[in-house]
Amino acid sequence: MSIQATHISKTFGDYRALENVSLTVPDGRLVSLLGPSGSGKTTLLRILAGLEYPDPDALGRVLFHGEDVTDLAPGKRGVGFVFQHYALFRHMTVEKNISFGLRAMPLSKRPSTDEIRKRVNHLLELVQLNGLNKRYPSELSGGQRQRVALARALAVEPRVLLLDEPFGALDAKVRKDLRRWLRTFQEEIQITTIFVTHDQEEALELADEVVVMNNARIEQVGSPQEVYDKPKSPFVIEFLGNVNRFRAGDSHHSTAEAGVLYVRPHDVEIQPSGATPHQQAIPAKVLHIFSAGNFARVALERIGTHEHFEAEVPRERLRELALEQGHTVTATFRHIRLFEKNGFIEDTNLLAP
Amino acid sequence: MAAIVSRTRSFVPPKSFRTITESAPVRWTLTAIAVGFLSLFLLMPLIAVFYEAFKKGVQLYLATFSDPYAIDAIRLTLTVAAISVPLNLLFGLAAAWAITKFTFRGKSLLVTVLDLPFAVSPVIAGLIFVLIFSTTHGWLAEPIKAWDLRIIFALPGIALATIFITLPFIARELIPVMQAQGRDEELAALTLGAGGWRTFFHVTLPNVKWGLFYGVILCNARAMGEFGAVAVVSGNIKGKTSTMPLYIETLYMEYQTVSAFSLATILSLLALATLLLKNFIEWRTAKSARH
Amino acid sequence: METRKKTKRRPSRRILPGFGLTMGITVTYLTLLVLIPLSAVFIRSSGMGWDAFWTAITGRQVVASYKVTFGISFLAAATNAVFGFLVAWVLTRYRFPGRRILDALVDLPFALPTAVAGIALTALYARNGWLGQFFYSLGIETAYSQVGIYIALTFIGLPFVVRTLQPVMEDLDAEVEEAAASLGAGRAKVFTQIIVPALLPAMLTGFALAFARAIGEYGSVIFISGNIPLRTEITPLVIVKFLENYQYPQATAVAAVMLTASFALLFVINLLQRWAEKNS
Repeated sequence: MSIQATHISKTFGDYRALENVSLTVPDGRLVSLLGPSGSGKTTLLRILAGLEYPDPDALGRVLFHGEDVTDLAPGKRGVGFVFQHYALFRHMTVEKNISFGLRAMPLSKRPSTDEIRKRVNHLLELVQLNGLNKRYPSELSGGQRQRVALARALAVEPRVLLLDEPFGALDAKVRKDLRRWLRTFQEEIQITTIFVTHDQEEALELADEVVVMNNARIEQVGSPQEVYDKPKSPFVIEFLGNVNRFRAGDSHHSTAEAGVLYVRPHDVEIQPSGATPHQQAIPAKVLHIFSAGNFARVALERIGTHEHFEAEVPRERLRELALEQGHTVTATFRHIRLFEKNGFIEDTNLLAP
Repeated sequence: MAAIVSRTRSFVPPKSFRTITESAPVRWTLTAIAVGFLSLFLLMPLIAVFYEAFKKGVQLYLATFSDPYAIDAIRLTLTVAAISVPLNLLFGLAAAWAITKFTFRGKSLLVTVLDLPFAVSPVIAGLIFVLIFSTTHGWLAEPIKAWDLRIIFALPGIALATIFITLPFIARELIPVMQAQGRDEELAALTLGAGGWRTFFHVTLPNVKWGLFYGVILCNARAMGEFGAVAVVSGNIKGKTSTMPLYIETLYMEYQTVSAFSLATILSLLALATLLLKNFIEWRTAKSARH
Repeated sequence: METRKKTKRRPSRRILPGFGLTMGITVTYLTLLVLIPLSAVFIRSSGMGWDAFWTAITGRQVVASYKVTFGISFLAAATNAVFGFLVAWVLTRYRFPGRRILDALVDLPFALPTAVAGIALTALYARNGWLGQFFYSLGIETAYSQVGIYIALTFIGLPFVVRTLQPVMEDLDAEVEEAAASLGAGRAKVFTQIIVPALLPAMLTGFALAFARAIGEYGSVIFISGNIPLRTEITPLVIVKFLENYQYPQATAVAAVMLTASFALLFVINLLQRWAEKNS
């Protein structure tokens, strides 16, 4: 089912959590709301779920499949919501937790006890927790609780699945496993899913579409590749992946005055000093080499301006160059971005000498 | 002000013992002083109650409970508790829900008003109801006389004073517990389609049941034991408006010491049961917190 | 279209249900049972005229009772501040057999009916009582005297200091003490420079709570005090005596003084608690 949110604003006292935000999520997609804490992503998710109401004076509306649900209570929207800390009912067994929504249905719609038991067992199988029916939440690991919360949300057959920082409370290893599991799981059941995260790696790896948020607004919406390769704002490029910043020189581009140039570390190439001097090459000193992993990271200082930046170099290339701390090298850039009011310029000729 | 005692009651298991501490002689001296002080001030009075009650034998102890006035006093005390505890329970649940589940302006003012009965002398707690309901001096003297109601020197007055004195107890037990639980479980229940009452009875109430239970027991113990406030409004008519604590006073003043202490043992046992329950709940909470 | 109609009226802006109901119950209950009755004291005493009011609250017997009540309450609270600190320290820091029972017993004055406490203390401290024998042989009259009032008020105030201090003591960061010790500070220095300042707000709060409770106390005092006019009459008893003589205006006036004192203390306690919270 598609979700549409239009002109949503939300203030808490003096604090503006969302400012005129609009978003469309097509049916069956797995979408990530990505942003730093305080960017408004969780508030937006909660408004979609009906756990907050948008400011009444604004024109904010939430539509599910074209139907206005803005004023509908959370239980009537058909959303499954997974809370950051799971909010499992601590005094109920796993089984009772999962069946809660079914048992809360009006008599006319409520399945029989047998049917409920079947549904619970099916869901437990789906989230790979067979046999844990009688456990209490306090007897489960973090990852297991996560999946119980998911099964509980799915039990009422929601039209939309909303997850608030679904992996935030888990340790790194479990987080990775669960992430992959959720990806396949979502593909299997094909339910429109939105999750909130502050972890860019998580968003890029998991989502079909990433919604980057900052400061109560949406900065950019796009596929992971789009937002990474074609960031629309300095915020997006800085938030997604590592990036080097340079002051733009005044000898170029009239609009570039006082601007900032961005270069991804993997777009920096290192040449031996003096080799093929060309326009957008700059001389730099090697400060440090971090050589663990497939790619080595080389910390550099631009000679003249003392700007620090980083390059990502394949290991073999590092060996070829025989780099060492204190060497002077020439750095060239494959992509340079300069942001202006109305978009960005991608150019390789922007760097001042 | 009793609130503070329960509010700050620690639910956390004590941290591991420190490696850095005082030297052994200092430790032993301090421990001896503390144990001595507590024994002198707390243990001795408690022992005295039972000693005085049984001093002249079990027979005389038991005789107290065949005194018809004593039975009337026990019955009145139970009646007063049966009126005031449920009302304060209802109020406590409502107040705790409103205060912990919502944000609104004037919340801290509301909490201060809730604490007021703790700060008021029991004697004044009785006086205020005399000032309103007395047939000679009260604000409502005329309507009370017109309708031939009896409030002061009767059960309603005793119940009102008791309700006032014990009003904050249950709310004060519930508020910290419900605050600690947050609202996520209730919100989760809502997203799963549960209504307000279902959420309250199936999610909130089971989570706070121990705090609630202790609050009710404490409220009950205080309701049954209230002396000053009840003394002012009751008129202390033997067999009619004399509650257990008032009848204990009467017996004591009439030099029926054994009977006075015999009746006091019941209230003391109630107090001890309350303490026991409190410790049991704390032990349980600490255990589940370790999970 | 149907949903359109239903959603025309925006629902309550609060997500969880029951705000109106519970708030309504809370405010009504508090207004009827607490605010209106308490206001009666002030309204009635303001209606009696300043001269009559002043005469009532400055009678010889009344003023003597203030001195007894406030003076002895202060001493009892101070005693509790010292011994309560010690007791809390021993209960949180040391392990010894019987600790749990003593810890549980600290709440006794809180749960035991005041009348029961009153007769028990009187039996203990009377001339022929277990403890009284000893004190009387030293020439200290523990019953029917100001000493008796002091004993009763110390009894009822103890839990306030201990229970306010205990959680703060438990939360004291062991690392801070260890760091100080590793920097060469002796135990005495760690205690006076690190522990006491950290506990001071809680200790003052406990003191104020014990004091506030003591000035209003009635049941546990009147048995042991002997109620000798001008010497061992506490103010709550003076109010009761006025009431027994049908001197309602006088009773109300003195009650207004006591209530004002209690509210002022409540205010101080709130400030202290805010300070303590900020400190921790």
